[in-house]
Amino acid sequence: MYPRAMEDSDCVLVMGSNMAENHPVAFRWPMKAKVEHGAKLIHVDPRFTRTSAMADIYAPLRAGSDIAFLGGLVNFVLSSERWNQDPFFRTFVTTYTNAATIVSPEFRDTEDLDGVFSGLMAYTGDAKEWPFNGFIGEYEASSWQYAGGKTRNRGRIADTQHSGEQQSGTDRKDGERDPGREDGGGPNDEQSRRAVQIAESGPPYDRMVQALVKPPEQRDDTLADPRSVLQIVRRHFARYTPEMVEEVTGCPRDTFLRVAQTLLDNSGAERTSSIAYAVAWTQHTYGVQIISCAALLQLLLGNVGRPGAGVMALRGHASIQGSTDIPTLYHSIHGYMAHPSALKAHASLAEWLAEETQPTGYWAKTPSFMVSYLKSMYGPAATRANDFGYDWHPKIIGDHSHLPMFVAMNEGRVKGMFCIGQNPATSLNAKLERSGLRKLEWLVVKDNFLHETAMFWKTAPEIRAGEVATADIATEVFFFPSSQVAEYDGSFTNTQRLLQWHYKAADPPGDCRSDMYFTYQLGRRLKALYAGSTLPRDQGFINLVWDYESSDPRERQLGEPESEKILKEINGYYSNDTARHIASAEDLADDGSTSCASWIYCGVYPSAAENRSANRQADPPGVRGAHLGWGFAWPSNRRILYNRVSADPQGRPWSERKKYVWWDEAQAKWVGLDVPDFPATKPPTAQAKAGAIGMDAHSGTDAFILKPDGVGWLYVPEGLVDGPLPTHYEPAESVVRNPLYKQQSSPVLKYWKVDGNPLAALADPRFPHVITTYRLTEHYLSGAMSRWLPWLTELQPESFVELSPELAREKGIANLDRVRITSPRASVHAKALVTRRMQPLQIAGRRVHQVGMPFHWGWEGLSTGDAANEMSALVGDPNVSIHEGKAFVCDVQKA
Amino acid sequence: MAEPMGFFTDPTVCIGCKACEVACKQWNQLPALDDERRTMSGDSYDNTRKLDGTHWRHVKFVEQFDEDRRDGRWTMLSDVCKHCVRAGCLEVCPTGAIIRTEFDTVVIQSDACNGCKACLAACPFGVIDINPVSNTAQKCTLCYDRLQAGMEPACSQACPTDSITFGPVRELKERAGRRVVQLHAAGEHRAALYGADDKMLGGLNAFFLLVDKPEVYGLPPDPKMPSRQLVPGTLLTMLGALVVGLVSLLSFRDRRAGEAHRPDGDRS
Repeated sequence: MYPRAMEDSDCVLVMGSNMAENHPVAFRWPMKAKVEHGAKLIHVDPRFTRTSAMADIYAPLRAGSDIAFLGGLVNFVLSSERWNQDPFFRTFVTTYTNAATIVSPEFRDTEDLDGVFSGLMAYTGDAKEWPFNGFIGEYEASSWQYAGGKTRNRGRIADTQHSGEQQSGTDRKDGERDPGREDGGGPNDEQSRRAVQIAESGPPYDRMVQALVKPPEQRDDTLADPRSVLQIVRRHFARYTPEMVEEVTGCPRDTFLRVAQTLLDNSGAERTSSIAYAVAWTQHTYGVQIISCAALLQLLLGNVGRPGAGVMALRGHASIQGSTDIPTLYHSIHGYMAHPSALKAHASLAEWLAEETQPTGYWAKTPSFMVSYLKSMYGPAATRANDFGYDWHPKIIGDHSHLPMFVAMNEGRVKGMFCIGQNPATSLNAKLERSGLRKLEWLVVKDNFLHETAMFWKTAPEIRAGEVATADIATEVFFFPSSQVAEYDGSFTNTQRLLQWHYKAADPPGDCRSDMYFTYQLGRRLKALYAGSTLPRDQGFINLVWDYESSDPRERQLGEPESEKILKEINGYYSNDTARHIASAEDLADDGSTSCASWIYCGVYPSAAENRSANRQADPPGVRGAHLGWGFAWPSNRRILYNRVSADPQGRPWSERKKYVWWDEAQAKWVGLDVPDFPATKPPTAQAKAGAIGMDAHSGTDAFILKPDGVGWLYVPEGLVDGPLPTHYEPAESVVRNPLYKQQSSPVLKYWKVDGNPLAALADPRFPHVITTYRLTEHYLSGAMSRWLPWLTELQPESFVELSPELAREKGIANLDRVRITSPRASVHAKALVTRRMQPLQIAGRRVHQVGMPFHWGWEGLSTGDAANEMSALVGDPNVSIHEGKAFVCDVQKA
Repeated sequence: MAEPMGFFTDPTVCIGCKACEVACKQWNQLPALDDERRTMSGDSYDNTRKLDGTHWRHVKFVEQFDEDRRDGRWTMLSDVCKHCVRAGCLEVCPTGAIIRTEFDTVVIQSDACNGCKACLAACPFGVIDINPVSNTAQKCTLCYDRLQAGMEPACSQACPTDSITFGPVRELKERAGRRVVQLHAAGEHRAALYGADDKMLGGLNAFFLLVDKPEVYGLPPDPKMPSRQLVPGTLLTMLGALVVGLVSLLSFRDRRAGEAHRPDGDRS
């Protein structure tokens, strides 16, 4: 969903987010809903924040116990009379979710195995060249899939040594490698092998896609089968009672029940509720599962794809959505396709296509997306004969995200780093990050100010403490000053997938240049260095398309590229008529006749004369609409994804109040306020064609067009490495034993066991308190953009830790006292801010204190202070490797 | 005169983001000084502390929680010059530097202000203070320069939740009245307007909605004009002006002497 859609919500649950403080502009819309039509606003958070101040209900909870709370909501909904009797819910889940699908008889739930799922085993998947993936365990997940189903569960964790195999490796010892698997092992089953063979003869790839089709999944539309998803979900969440929620989260039972009732009362045919979250849900060892649980809850309540409904993923930076679409992520290439990996069946384009193509649903077009992507990389040099240059494309050899990169850096395995718009010297067990930086041969920092990472070699805490001498640091550090957003043309893609163009307003001062300039000039220089090489590995650089020279002489003189040329490459154009832009992803071809860097952005720039991201036509006040004339939302300018479900199975609006997209019988097409997210003329009565590929495999009610089975997933049969259903685990460090299961924390979390990264044992008396870290409105992230600005630093001039008067009394701490906060990794100082907005909670029969600390500070700038992230650990989510910064343990003492 | 213009500030939708403070300082180029604000106040998230010569908007943070947290709230209110219809500051200004504009707002003309501080004492809300950079009395101008150009004041334009609304006072009062009714219907019976009618200093063109007693937000329950002490006040002002005149003469001498020793001359 998108923030403005929250204007239409009847209830907004903010959890894992401090929306008012960190997304104040987006928060305009929930406030509008509250003031203008009495929407209920609920905030669930360890601290009473500026968001709580606006809420109708504030529910406190212990940091890290979100799944227990959400699981309680799921159980409440499924047990309620209304959910079981209102035909809306029954119709919605039966038609639009996988509630009726039958799961493999081999599947064992956490209910059966005391907190773990079937398939758990020791992890052995690191490549010799990259032993930094951080797993302590893994699931062989083939038992999680549907019974004889359409999904293609690849068994083990992606991007590790054995992914793609089934059941292998169980007999090997830790660290021992499977012989003869340098190439990832090739496809693992007969069907895939046949598909690869077909694909090897080149495009068109339809026959390959056809060869991948699996038999349809089994269903029980009565939802009574004990192996149906709904029954598994019921059993899984049965233990998440209001009493259990209170014991695990510390939220008083009556408050929890008020939240649950309000959410249920505001869901249904006539009303919709939305859930907003941000990084306080992601930064856990089970962050993906928290979000998954919210999606499950919203699917049960029919709060998806409808106005004022959905799960609002609030992004933490301007254009961070863009940086996952056109990714800076290591594991994906543009448009959410898997990055070629040396450890998967990706040895050739044919293998990659057979491995990564879903034969049913919209992803069946993957060959067109991939070939068009390769054409955007290598242009005319990419031909059918050379697999469109696939062999030139780099491959990954493991987890190359932030934490493993710094672990590898500490091991001396990384030579140099470009640090652009990041400040790792104050982040994530910061002392370890800085010791990694000291092992680099070179470091390039490109930023606005000489922040802590730029200065780590001169003014870091360990240098001031005399532990490390500047003279002993061999890292050569280069600093490139950055221009600001108003100093170049470009686009933002924000939270709602909305691209908005911005124009240059002024020249940057002095040598300041854009990030585009830096990348463009670096590419040009590298291409010059590679020119003439005959080495096969250099051909990718030699053939790389890099034509972004500005047509404006003034910009050319500055060395800045032309951002429209980059947008054109992203949008796509025809190979034989490069001046002709591609208007829709529907037009992409798998034979090299089209070039498109990111299929999801197709249509943003449909002709040289029309940059749709620059559109600024809002709907007039008082008119119900989706503001389709403002910017461009990918894909195809759709504002709400999966909006087919805003109509009932017959294609009629569920209610007049929540009318959005519907089937117009007279015109024989889908119409409405938004661009329908469904084949435009496919009637609601259309039957799925047996054995067909792509969208033909979907019926007129299969609304989730990207899913192979066309429905929303309550139960996730593939794609997650830590389980098909959300389960409450304790954070990697916790002050209590898991009250719900014998399994204390996630059995597959990532932990990097290196010097300087110890974890506290369960309930270690030296670290009795829960600590959470966060942002304030007045500063931004590590402070690299805000601590240099006098108007902002005077609003929050000093680093502080928030604690309750009860804890302050116990520790003899007064307001504004200087205190020391200690985790197993580090000790930092800050001022105490004693406030009743913090409160002790009763957890599993004992009183637990929580403290909170903003992570904005460092030692450079106008306002300085210790970095809260000195204390955090290198421990992360197994799906996405994000660290656990929102819940760990500490002690607080008067300094 | 054009229609009276003003602000309606509603703390029940204020999220305390302080965008109004920053937008005000940016538009009016008010510096952050090396003063007490380099340290935390310890009073909730309020590090601005008060309105003064370089802070023309100030968000107050009021924490009201029971011991057991069963009942609690955190209210933020963006305070500002009230642009009183009967303005004490304007009345006492000996140099005529303070004027009533065509928008019925109250503005201090810096170039005519001699820094006598009479207005500081005359303001029942403690809004005005000396800006140490200009050494004149300063306060919110309700963005007189922007209004003259047909623009909205910087603070209300920056407010993401419309806690600060700008417009013709007549319209704002209607809007505020509807909000009070709405809050009463929602069970917030303490909701009341402050300064919206002419009983308070003839009416405040920048008025507020409150959900507690005015004192809780640092506002006087019954602000008074200084005119009751008009005669002694005027005498005092005249005396004050005399003293100020002498002091300024002396200070000019001091300043010249000081500048001779200060190579960077940072008084400008």
